[in-house]
Parts: sequence; C-alpha cells; structure tokens
Amino acid sequence: MIRPEAPVLLEIRDLHASVADQPILHGVNLTIRAGEIHAVMGRNGSGKSTLSKVLAGHPAYTVTGGSVTYQGEDLLALAPELRARRGVFLGFQYPVEIPGVSNLEFLRVATNGRRLEQGAEELDTFAFEDLVRERLAVVQMDPAFLERSVNEGFSGGEKKRNEILQMALLDPLVAILDETDSGLDIDALRIVAGGVNQLATPGNATLLITHYQRLLDVITPDYVHVMAAGRILRTGGKDLALELEDRGYDWVDAELAALAPAPVEVG
Amino acid sequence: MATLSMPTAVAAASSWGSELLLALESGASPQPPLAAARQRAARALADRPLPSRRQEAWRFTDIAPLLAITPAQLPPATTVPATLPSVTPGVVRLVLDGHGDPLAGVSMPAGIEAIPAADLEALLQESSTDRGEDRGANGASNHAAARAGSEAPWSGLLAAATAGQILALRVRGVVEPTLELVSDAASAEGVMPLRLLLILEPEARLELLQVHRASAASLTTVLLEARLGAGARLSHGLIAQGGGAAVLLADLAVEQDPDSHYAFTSVVAGWALSRLEPRVLQSGGGATTRLRSLQRVDGRQIADQHSQVRFEGPEGELDQLHKVIADGAGRSVFNGAVAVPRAAQRTDAVQLSRSLLLSDRARIDTKPQLEIVADDVKCAHGATVSRLQSEELFYLQSRGIAAANASRLLLRGYCGEVLRELPAAATIWQPLAMVLAEEAPRP
Repeated sequence: MIRPEAPVLLEIRDLHASVADQPILHGVNLTIRAGEIHAVMGRNGSGKSTLSKVLAGHPAYTVTGGSVTYQGEDLLALAPELRARRGVFLGFQYPVEIPGVSNLEFLRVATNGRRLEQGAEELDTFAFEDLVRERLAVVQMDPAFLERSVNEGFSGGEKKRNEILQMALLDPLVAILDETDSGLDIDALRIVAGGVNQLATPGNATLLITHYQRLLDVITPDYVHVMAAGRILRTGGKDLALELEDRGYDWVDAELAALAPAPVEVG
Repeated sequence: MATLSMPTAVAAASSWGSELLLALESGASPQPPLAAARQRAARALADRPLPSRRQEAWRFTDIAPLLAITPAQLPPATTVPATLPSVTPGVVRLVLDGHGDPLAGVSMPAGIEAIPAADLEALLQESSTDRGEDRGANGASNHAAARAGSEAPWSGLLAAATAGQILALRVRGVVEPTLELVSDAASAEGVMPLRLLLILEPEARLELLQVHRASAASLTTVLLEARLGAGARLSHGLIAQGGGAAVLLADLAVEQDPDSHYAFTSVVAGWALSRLEPRVLQSGGGATTRLRSLQRVDGRQIADQHSQVRFEGPEGELDQLHKVIADGAGRSVFNGAVAVPRAAQRTDAVQLSRSLLLSDRARIDTKPQLEIVADDVKCAHGATVSRLQSEELFYLQSRGIAAANASRLLLRGYCGEVLRELPAAATIWQPLAMVLAEEAPRP
C-alpha cells in the first residue's frame, strides 16, 4: 500500500559495506514507508543478502560508508539485539539450528525482550503459551515444534515457518525476509507467504529478498528493486518482476556495462 | 611444587601415600570383613608407585593438588554437612562421611537390604581391586573389580586401602524411591575414603544418585563396585561439586550380566583435581550401557575421565557421550577405552567426545582408545573441539537476545543434553547452576 504521506520507517542512503575486506555494497539507496511491501531481486552475488545482514547487524559485515536511519534513529549505531527489540526483523535464508535450546523458551525470551521495548508487560510461561498457540495458526504449525530444540532437525519448510512464527510474535515494524521462499515446495510457499500477508499492516513494512516471481504471485509488492553489483539498478512496480521473469537478467549486464567503468569504492 | 627439584618432588610424592596409611593405622580398625580387605589393598598400594606424568594413564594429569592435601583422615566432627538441601519426597538419602553408620536411623525402602557380614567377607575376597590385580587375573571370580579392566586403578586401590567402612547393599525387585548417597567434606581438610558395594539381583531396578561435595583442601576418594544381574536396570547419576583446593578420585567398577541395562550420567565441576574412572564390564555381552558425562574446568582446575568398557560376549551395546566446557586455564582429559575381543561379535558401540573451548588458555586432551578384535561389529567414535558458534550467537541476537544472555542460553543447551539424563531427583542439587556458576572470570 503506497501512501506518500505515510511515515518513513527505514531510510538507506548511499550504503557501502564489505565482508572480509571485500567491498560488496556500492551505494544502496532505499526509502521504505509504513504500509509498503518492497521486493529486492537480483542474481546471486548482487548484494541482496549482504544488504539484509548489514541491516540486522551481522558482525562479519563492515559498513564503510553511507547511513541507515530507522524511525529517525541511526540504526547502524545499535547492537543487533537492540535493532531486533526496536522492531527490525530478519528472516534468515538459512535459519540456524541450536541444539539443546528449547524453541518455546527461545521464543518466550525473544518475545519478552521486544514487549519490554514496546512498553508491554512481560508474559509469564502460561500467558506466553496462550499467545504462541494463537500465533502458530498464522503458519499452520504443529505445537509439537515448540517442544523441540530451535530448528534442530526441522525440514527446510519447518524452519521457514518457524521464522514467520518468530515474526508473528516479535511484531516488527520492518521485516526483512531473506529468500524465505527458497527450498519451499508450493504448499509450504503458500503457507509461509500467507503468513507474511496476514502480518502486513498499514503500520509496518516488509522487504522481501527473492530470486523468483513465484513468491510475488502470492505477496504483491508495491515496489520491485533490481540489485546488481552492490547497488539498486532499477526500481519499478510489480510489473518489473514479471519483466524479469520474462527477460531474465541479461539486460542487467548490458545496463551495468553502460555504466562502466566498473564500480569503485568511494572514499 | 614448582620450586622443588625433581628428586625432592618424587620423595614427597612417595611419602604422601605412606603417611596417609600410617595416619589411618593409628585410627580405629574397621569391621572384621573389611579389615582383611583393607590390609590386602594397603599391601598392593605399597607396591605401586604414586601416579605421575611418566605413566601413560596419568600423562596429562598433574597430581600436585592431591599432594597438597593433608594425608590424614577427615575427623567425623568436621564432616557433618550442614549445608545439604532437604530431602525431597521419593528419595532416601544416606549420608557418608567414612565414620558413622550411614544406615543408622534410616528406614530402608522395600527391596534394599544391607549385606550381612558373613556374605560380605566372600564378596570382598573376590574383589581384585583390593589386590590391585589385572583384569582377567581372577577368571573364576564373578565380581566386578576382579575382572574390570587392565590394572585396577590407583584411585580405587587408594580408597580400598584407606576406607574404614563399606556400605554394601543388595537390591531385589523394583525399588521405588531414588537412593541418594551423599558426602560433603565442606570446608574440612584431609582425606575422606568411601567404599560402596551394590549387588542388583536379576530383574532388580534401582535409581541411584551419588553426590560428592567439598570446598577446601580435602580428598574425597571413592570406590564403588556394582554388579547387575540378568535383566537388572541401574540408572546412576553422579553430581560432583568441588571448590577451592578440593580433590576427587572416583573408581566406579560395574559388571553387567546379559540383558541388564546400566545408565551412568556424571556432572563434575569445581575441583582442583578430579578423576573419574567408570569401568564397565559386560561379562557375557548382550547388555546395554549408556554413559553420559559433563565436566567443566575453569581457573587452573584439572578434570580427568578415564572410562573403560569391555565386552566379553556378543551383542553388547554402548552409547557414550562425553562433554567438556573448558574455561580459564583449565585442563580437561578424556580417555575412552572400549575393548571388543573376538568373543564380542555384533557389538554396537558409539563413543563421542565433544569439547567446548571458552578460553585460549584452556587445554583439552581427548583420546578414544578402541581395541576391536571381533570382525562383525559396529563401532563408531568421534571427537570435536569447538568454540561457541558465532552464527548461533548472531541468530539469538537478531531475535533481541543480548550477547551475554545468548552465550548463556547456548551453554545451557550444551549442558542440557547431558543434564536431562540425570535421575529426576538430581534437580534439587541444581546441577546446571553448579556447572555455570563459574562463568565469571576468577581472580
């Protein structure tokens, strides 16, 4: 839902970042307002996942230039856990297995951290169980998964559902979903995408990172951005995704070549 | 010790054992069946050198903390534990201090009885630990320690040579309550020798929780011999909470008849030096053995576990997991011996050693030792040493959990895999808090 008067939640300006001294992002610009759904597409290595990791604060990535403002605040100055508590959520492409840590306890600790930040009361074990059982419905997840260790032995689809369950509990303002559709069969994709649609409100925003149109058949984006060589090359509406599906990414190479010389680090 | 020259150190070491034996001779003599056993063990001990790092079995384990202990028995008055948690329902607790009768004033649950002196004499005659003999040296014997492995460990021999008492119990049928055996040297200084004998008759079932605590320069030395008849099940937990300069030496010799099930879960933390030697003998194969252990070292502590499992018949099963958390300048030693001779066809044995290194100064020595002669067997072993995974930490942080809490959650998960296998009655001893309490850096 595009509303020009809606408040800006996330403002990315000329963002440069590197990993292991290898520059990956070369000046990303993106403005996300409340109520919007954005899709970032692009080939492997274009910088999509790096963008998501940088926004979440992964320690392996170094910001070398630019800024990210979240609700008027410098997001990059915050520790990863504070970003999460203030409402920035990253759905992992490969959710991590944590043996021995109960999924239920993990969800409760995480949820209470966010609730405190929102000025809500912490939930005790019983109240939390009620909440989590209600939210399980969003992703049609079996309560048995609560008793297991975090993601341990979960199938690809179960891990992704668990990510969306966490999103449902943490109630983020900006949800960044990194290839949430990868490794899902068509039924699981519908369930996961349906969960994302249910959680989208006029007050929050979603940034979908994906390779494929098939996710966008179920979640309709307001904006589609094409990333290449660490920057956003083109921005359009949902038709741009269809065009990509049709034409592939070869035109991106042509457009990049026209931009030659190859991107160099600024500053 | 570091300032002493080598010959002086050797002299100090060899005199430590004889000083202890001398000190004990002057004390009250034990009950008649035990007196002879103790003498046998004392003679065997005198023939043994003290452990030193020149011996393969003690190569990584410096016994300096042991030699720092006053070689005299703890007096009874100072060993009365005032700090024990209250007994939970469904638990029968026996308090051991090496002096008083642990059975005094306790009504034993149905199925457990003290072994009378006459029977005890014959059982003790069979124990080769008392003679320090090699495994198999007494093939006619049906007693655990008699055939329980290579040379009977020095620590077991020490306990046998010094214990003035033996708690000997026979178990029949299904025992409902958990039997809790507790010693707490608290802040006393000296040596507390403990000797235990458990005979589980065929089809008997028992849940046993052994707890040893100490917080000062004391040695708790334990010899537990257990025999499981056909179809018997023993679920055995051991919680060892040390502090300060305290030392623990425990020799656990278990013999299993076919179709018996033995599950042993140990949690050890806080000792200046600890050495656990679980030795399981499946006398005719066909039994199941499940070993779980967790040890944490910090500061300059040393935790050592030498386990031995031997199958003397076909179709035995072993599932062993040993976990370590090494912090500070702590040292952890694991040696897991598994013997599968020709008679032990179709043995199924898995041994895994997992160590978590939390500090650059900590050291871990881990060594599987599989001797497999039988050709139709499944034997797997593995060892990993790792740090807390940064991807796991980041995942938790990305859900709003602060780094310190995330580490703690991961450590809890790591410990939980072993702790959840302790008998339920272990909860009151707060094993998790015990293992994690030392997270703060020591001065």
